[in-house]
Amino acid sequence: MLRFSLFVVLAGALCAQPNYRPEDVRAGAQLFSTNCMNCHGPDGEAISGVDLMHGKFRHASTDGELVGIITKGIAGTAMPPASLSDAQAQNIVAYLRSRAASGGVDVAAAMRGRTVFEGKGGCLSCHRVQGRGSFSAPDLSNIGSLRKPAELEKSVVEPAAEILDENRTVRAAANDGTTVTGKLLAYDTFGVQIIDAKGRMISLDKSNLRELTFLSSPMPSYRGKLNPSELSDVVAYLVSLKGI
Amino acid sequence: MTRIAFAFVLSATALSAQVSFERILHSGHEPQNWLSYSGGVESQRYSALNEIKPDNIKNLELKWVFQARSNEKFEATALVVDGILYTVQAPNDVVAIDAATGRVFWIYSYVPSTEARPCCGRVNRGLAILGTTLYMATIDAHLIAIDSKTGHPLWNTEIAKPEAGYAATLAPLVVKDKVIIGTAGGEYGIRGFIAAYDAQTGKEAWRFYTIPGLGEPGNQTWAGDSWKHGGGSVWMTGSYDPDLNLTYWGIGNPGPDWNGDNRLGDNLYSDCVVALDADTGKLKWYFQFTPHDEFDYDSVQVPVLAQVDWQGRQRKVMMWGNRNGFFYTLDRTNGQFLVGKPFTKVTWATGLDERGRPMRAPGMTPSKQGTVIYPGPIGGTNWYSPSYSPHTGLFYIPTWEDYYAPYVKDKDEFKEGQLYFGGSASSPVPPLRGIQLNSRSEASGFGVVRAMDPKTGEKKWEYKMTEMTDSGILTTASDLLFTGNREGYFIALDARDGNLLWKVLLGSHVSSGPMSYSVNGKQYVAVAAGSGLFVFGLR
Repeated sequence: MLRFSLFVVLAGALCAQPNYRPEDVRAGAQLFSTNCMNCHGPDGEAISGVDLMHGKFRHASTDGELVGIITKGIAGTAMPPASLSDAQAQNIVAYLRSRAASGGVDVAAAMRGRTVFEGKGGCLSCHRVQGRGSFSAPDLSNIGSLRKPAELEKSVVEPAAEILDENRTVRAAANDGTTVTGKLLAYDTFGVQIIDAKGRMISLDKSNLRELTFLSSPMPSYRGKLNPSELSDVVAYLVSLKGI
Repeated sequence: MTRIAFAFVLSATALSAQVSFERILHSGHEPQNWLSYSGGVESQRYSALNEIKPDNIKNLELKWVFQARSNEKFEATALVVDGILYTVQAPNDVVAIDAATGRVFWIYSYVPSTEARPCCGRVNRGLAILGTTLYMATIDAHLIAIDSKTGHPLWNTEIAKPEAGYAATLAPLVVKDKVIIGTAGGEYGIRGFIAAYDAQTGKEAWRFYTIPGLGEPGNQTWAGDSWKHGGGSVWMTGSYDPDLNLTYWGIGNPGPDWNGDNRLGDNLYSDCVVALDADTGKLKWYFQFTPHDEFDYDSVQVPVLAQVDWQGRQRKVMMWGNRNGFFYTLDRTNGQFLVGKPFTKVTWATGLDERGRPMRAPGMTPSKQGTVIYPGPIGGTNWYSPSYSPHTGLFYIPTWEDYYAPYVKDKDEFKEGQLYFGGSASSPVPPLRGIQLNSRSEASGFGVVRAMDPKTGEKKWEYKMTEMTDSGILTTASDLLFTGNREGYFIALDARDGNLLWKVLLGSHVSSGPMSYSVNGKQYVAVAAGSGLFVFGLR
């Protein structure tokens, strides 16, 4: 049921663009990464004042004008002409329009990324997305609204590089010898609230603890475990997670 | 039951004599009452009541709650006069309550002008009383006199223009036949002042500008015309020494807050304590804590006065835990610096010289890219009332420890009625508690109650909390210390050593100072948390 609803969301985004075939969008994504990304960045916003993924262009409005800019460049600016056919440029336009129609998300990549996320990556064994998965790592249902793609990619390959305070893992050892580990929810002078891997919400009284430790990230690095296109697809999937 | 309640109301009414200034001056002789914001003109926030004590505090329980019909922070400290409790429901509703039962007698609702624009919340910190008249300063910069029996307004004086950023959030101070207040608005480029008003008529008796005008001594400490919009707000209640006839007030930051380039100089009397003649408002002396402040280190903390044994002789001192992170003891007869040391982590200055002037640390100044400096813009403490216990001889400061921010300097242009910051300073610690729960690491700061020896400036003990504290402190003759924090706890410590004796979770931040009173011999302790005023007594 949940899987179906997510599919509907993603497929719905694709169906909203009847003029662009999915294979053209995919081809455009590839052409964009080899011809455009070096200057414009993966999300088309690396140049100040220029934003390619939200359907608003300073020098063009129609697809034909965009094709013209891609193939001929813009005189008097740093935008050079690209050695591409009109059909190839049209595919790039299809990709840009697709990203804009889906709120900046590369839908095809996101669908592939979801397969990696839930399969090879095993991410749901710790994380949770829209009511599915585990509890010991942050719920990612809304992560695409909170983080930029570059930040998400860094978190996948270098999970311990930056842990937000609210995403810390806690290990508490009680005076009676029992130990509990979970994700921090909140804490104060007298108590600690955590959720463990089984989803138990536990309130601990500090006066009953002999040790309270904040652990470094238990998440493994996916550097080398995912190939570059799998990594890029997973990031696209995370970007697509915008909550409800 | 009915008969008992009726008899009590009658007795309370019979006791309600006029609150003369003599009674306010000697309020320590009637500890059942709390007649001014800080519990006395010396502002020690100390209660001589001792029914509640360390060996029975386990029996302290909730007696009643007043829920304000307001979502603003509840910052007011209540007054209690002969069994009647008076407080303010934000922004400017005065409430009279039976102090033993919590039942409301009347509410006076004042609707401030829509032009009011207080920088940091539509809040009020409390009332003053003289005779049978209550006094409230309002967020639209009015001073209003209210009949304490009926809640009807008697006079209403506009003290400044709210559309220009002037506001008033403090509890007034009554001295003799005058009501003294100051004006907030330091983030709007106002020219701050302290003024006294005739308690009977509301007519202004004197006004002291916190920034000297052209030709006046101190004006030369402001480059060019910067003095005209230099801030110097006054938003916490002052104190009074009847022997010297001096009233003491802390002055706020110079503006713009984080860019001092256009106001080169010491910027008097920003970040000072000023000693004024209570009859005329004439300046007797001043002491500047932070010359040429670039960090928003308002010195609006309540001036706490005491008589202490100083190297073999009695000395009139003033104690001050300043927002700039230093603790000071001054001689309040002349402003002489006696002792000063950091009470929290400080990096903007390397220390104080022999006259108490800070020695600025090289490079520790706001910059375009941001300079990380301790303490951050809320300071080592802020407006939260400290306490001095004559019984322990210690001064207690609600402290922000290990707290920093990158200070960013930017251009700003003065426009009347608009914010005038000159930069920004955003720390990992939110300045006010939002809806988030606390999961922040203590590496970006935590709250502490620090007990200081005013004779040496040394820390005697501390009580550490996980979150910051915005709560004031009350001490009592039974060596109890009451305080709260952002976590919503209200706690009692042993004032001698800081041991935790009692705690209760009130469910929302404590942003007020606790106080104590008694009715029919039974002691109560009151504190505001969230939107409620919670009153405790022994079981």
